[in-house]
Amino acid sequence: MIRVELPQHLRTLARVNGEVTLEVSGPLTTRSILDALEARYPMLCGTIRDHDTLERRPFLRFFACSEDFSLESPDAPLPEAVAKGIEPFVVIGAIAGG
Amino acid sequence: MSGVRVLVGTRKGAFILTSDGKREKWDVSGPHFAGWEIYHMKGSPVEPNRIFASQTSGWFGQIIQRSSDGGRTWETPGGEKMPSPGSPPAGQSNKFTYDTSAQTGKPLTTHQWYDGTQHPWEFKRVWHLEPSLTDPDTVYAGVEDAALFRTTNGGQTWQELSGLRGHGTGPEWQPGAGGMCLHTIILDPSNPDRIFIAISAAGAFRTDDGGKSWKPINQGLRSQYIPDPNAEIGHCVHHIAMHPQRPGVLYMQKHWDVMQSGNAGDLWKEVSGNLPTDFGFVIDVHAHEPETIYVVPIKSDGEHFPLEGKLRVYRSKSGGNEWEALTKGLPQSNCYVNVLRDAMAVDSLDKCGIYFGTTGGQVYASADAGDTWAPIVHDLPAVLSVEVQALP
Repeated sequence: MIRVELPQHLRTLARVNGEVTLEVSGPLTTRSILDALEARYPMLCGTIRDHDTLERRPFLRFFACSEDFSLESPDAPLPEAVAKGIEPFVVIGAIAGG
Repeated sequence: MSGVRVLVGTRKGAFILTSDGKREKWDVSGPHFAGWEIYHMKGSPVEPNRIFASQTSGWFGQIIQRSSDGGRTWETPGGEKMPSPGSPPAGQSNKFTYDTSAQTGKPLTTHQWYDGTQHPWEFKRVWHLEPSLTDPDTVYAGVEDAALFRTTNGGQTWQELSGLRGHGTGPEWQPGAGGMCLHTIILDPSNPDRIFIAISAAGAFRTDDGGKSWKPINQGLRSQYIPDPNAEIGHCVHHIAMHPQRPGVLYMQKHWDVMQSGNAGDLWKEVSGNLPTDFGFVIDVHAHEPETIYVVPIKSDGEHFPLEGKLRVYRSKSGGNEWEALTKGLPQSNCYVNVLRDAMAVDSLDKCGIYFGTTGGQVYASADAGDTWAPIVHDLPAVLSVEVQALP
């Protein structure tokens, strides 16, 4: 099982508290995590990535093991610590100043 | 009537206010969808406990919520964890895709941008939801960038009525300061094929064939500082209201000017009369008196607050021109809030109730058609929309 940490707004929408745990088959990538997340929580479709292009929404970022994977290929492998459930995959709303 | 339910959309969530027919004591429920912008909520006239809400965010996009129990619980239509066999794909209820199919004849891809160049149509959010007068599963949605969508399955999927964008003037539409939004949808109760809509800053439009074809209805509007003040399109219409018993009579709060049309928008005349300023956003009609109308004058387009710091509703009992200030119970000093275009509503009780919300987070109500007012809730986030339902 892998762990996913969602921003508060999406936890409210998906009606979950704290982290989400998911079973992901195959290589662990941003794409495979989001595929599994949206399959389990369909109301999140379109809120993290575009319905059709599957591109990341502009003001969201993806982190794993304190590294920013937002600009990496969605098919790039994620750290083993995420695959083992030691560290969460973090979806975060971009932080604005002010 | 046993009571009323006021649906309040704010910058940081939805609130539902309920009272009995006296409308003196109010229960406040919320925030629902805390942290999200709720642009609009509205109940089905056919099934009042069925309420639709537009939940939106600059970060996370558009969500459509639906309640079947008067707002106590909510669901994302089609977003259930285990879609039933034969149902549309899960997660489609928040998908608004512009129609670019060949069947529309000439799919539109661009409109005018601020600098005069052409700019692609980009979906941003749903501003207004208008449930059908006859079918609880049919709802119209006015969106930014301006277009009209419809669901016929209770919000699970949405399709654009592309005849509006495709009728010919679309490439000339351009955004107002708040974006290029379709914010007003009025269904004609006497003619199911007739719909009125309004767009900032394109103007008002009407269909007489259920949304297949549209025409601009802006003759008589005059807007200074657009290239042609009397142009067919390009006017910043802020809101339109209609009394259901007189569907051919429309009232409009334009950017500046309060207007009236006696022929379903074919020709407008100004009825600002003795208003101290005719800039504003809201306009509404008394539930039982088709010629009694309400506006909240705002100082100017540069200063979005009441004149002299006095929050005043103005009422005309003659369809405009002659206005009286309604002040009893409203702050008459140091008040610098705004009242946004979808933030006024009337109930159908006797006497007619009038409600409006402010950017300062107050919702004011009058249970006597505007003669006296009281805040029924205050210190909410900035109010974006107010709707009211009279409950059996």
